[in-house]
Amino acid sequence: MTVTTTPTTATGGTLSAIEVDGLVKDFTLRHNRSLKELAMAKLRRRPVADTFRALDGVDLHVRQGESLALLGFNGSGKSTLLKLISGVMLPDAGRVGVRGRIAGLIEVGAGFHPDLTGRENVFLNGAILGMDEATIRARFDDIVAFSEIERFIDTEVKFYSSGMFLRLAFAVAVHTDPEVFLIDEILSVGDEPFQRKCLARVEELRAEGRTLVIVSHDLDMVSRLCTRGVLLEGGRIVADDTALRVVARMRGQDPDEAEREHARRQEREAGAGAPPHDDEGPRD
Amino acid sequence: MAAASTTGAASPSAPPLVAPGHGRGLADVLRYRFLLKLLVRKEMRVRYRGSVMGLLWSYVKPGVQFAVFWVAMGWFLRLNDTLENFAIYLFSGVVVINFYSEAFGNATRSVVGNAPLIKKIFLPRELFAVSSGWVAAVHFLPQLVILLVACLAVGWRPSVWQLAGGVLGFVIVGVLAIGLGLLFGAVNVLYRDFENIVDLMLMVATWASPVLYDWQRVAAVVGGPDSLGMTLYQLNPITAAVELFHWCFWYPTTAGESPLPPHLLGTGLLGLAVALALLAIGQAVFRRIEGRFAQEL
Repeated sequence: MTVTTTPTTATGGTLSAIEVDGLVKDFTLRHNRSLKELAMAKLRRRPVADTFRALDGVDLHVRQGESLALLGFNGSGKSTLLKLISGVMLPDAGRVGVRGRIAGLIEVGAGFHPDLTGRENVFLNGAILGMDEATIRARFDDIVAFSEIERFIDTEVKFYSSGMFLRLAFAVAVHTDPEVFLIDEILSVGDEPFQRKCLARVEELRAEGRTLVIVSHDLDMVSRLCTRGVLLEGGRIVADDTALRVVARMRGQDPDEAEREHARRQEREAGAGAPPHDDEGPRD
Repeated sequence: MAAASTTGAASPSAPPLVAPGHGRGLADVLRYRFLLKLLVRKEMRVRYRGSVMGLLWSYVKPGVQFAVFWVAMGWFLRLNDTLENFAIYLFSGVVVINFYSEAFGNATRSVVGNAPLIKKIFLPRELFAVSSGWVAAVHFLPQLVILLVACLAVGWRPSVWQLAGGVLGFVIVGVLAIGLGLLFGAVNVLYRDFENIVDLMLMVATWASPVLYDWQRVAAVVGGPDSLGMTLYQLNPITAAVELFHWCFWYPTTAGESPLPPHLLGTGLLGLAVALALLAIGQAVFRRIEGRFAQEL
């Protein structure tokens, strides 16, 4: 793939939200660090460190308003790619560009402190995710209402159940206001009604025209939520198609058959007027 | 920008493509003032969690410390005879070292200590070192109050210049602690040995400056007030800050018979210059290593 800097893409004149070109990320695996071990390794002429290539020349352009699923099995480089897009890590080679504000829902509750109350944590976490004071104040009630833990908002977070903790953390995260959302494996929080609510909120964000990049192993969920799927294998992109077709490929199904099945199901649901939320696809 | 843009991605004037993960260093801390305030408040809350007396403790500790100095050193050891108001002399140096130790030590640990956050979300990481300095300054305040009460009790009448000297001393220590904290905080991510090295440096700092003795003892050994040895001794910004604090708090309580250290103002300004240079170096090293924080932690 050629490295272009033009913002327009092949389909229409929409601007790209994320541009990744020739991205390479190496990790150094140091075997040992103590002086004695370093000296021994030197004496025996053993390597002090190995490198591991987590991403090997990734090119990816995401248009504004697109919802992209990053797919792949464990260790394929999905989370590393997400971290490079969010700026937490820097690439060893290649280029990353992001247009507009970006928020990583990379792990909900990072930055929550157990000794602070729910209210204090909402402010602290909101500020960490890039909201200013006025924005947090304006959205505070919405955040608390979304989390459904009004009664405990002035209780210290260490007394929360893990479900309550996740609800509050997720509520803060989805009330930030970025143009690009990076979501890593967090849609599996809470009980089923809350999960449904989270998905509805993510749908809402997508409808508002925000760009979503989602990493998840819940293949049914991402094929419903995302328009485009990118499959990573050993740090390279091996497939880039609709989410539905890529998921089918991962499961060893025929993508065309999966598409026809999906169309049939949608017709059935439209006919029956059922909500598009029941899980019937096979899981792996 | 943090400003609320409700239009989100639909805004017609699209922002340019920006490479993520490249902050503007300490300049970004200014933009994140609100988060800095919350981080400082969090530290304060966490430190006094579950304690009935809370922040009052930070008055009790220096208060008792001063009382011990006054009684044990001033009376029992008869140090008041050699140096007028010895307890005030001692305490005005000790508060400088306390501030420096807390700010520098905690800034060094701040990057490793905030590993969960640094690995997940991109923020200007300088925030953590700066907030450590800020928290130390908040704890410096009660000590200052105790010092002022003691000074006023023995008839402290400082001039404006002496007060300005005290402020200069405080600024030197703050800048130096954050500069060195950035430097060692970053290197500490790669080799955790530096936590211990910093502990050693702080242990030496108390003795490398005229906190527990007066500068004339050093001058007498290294060959006079204008010798090369004395100049080297005074190049230490902490020495400059301690002497400025003596000049501000202790000197106005005495009859003014003790000679001032040579070139007090000059060494003060030089100390500030050294501290600023170390801040620039610390920031530069921090930014060089910063890109590796997330994978090394």
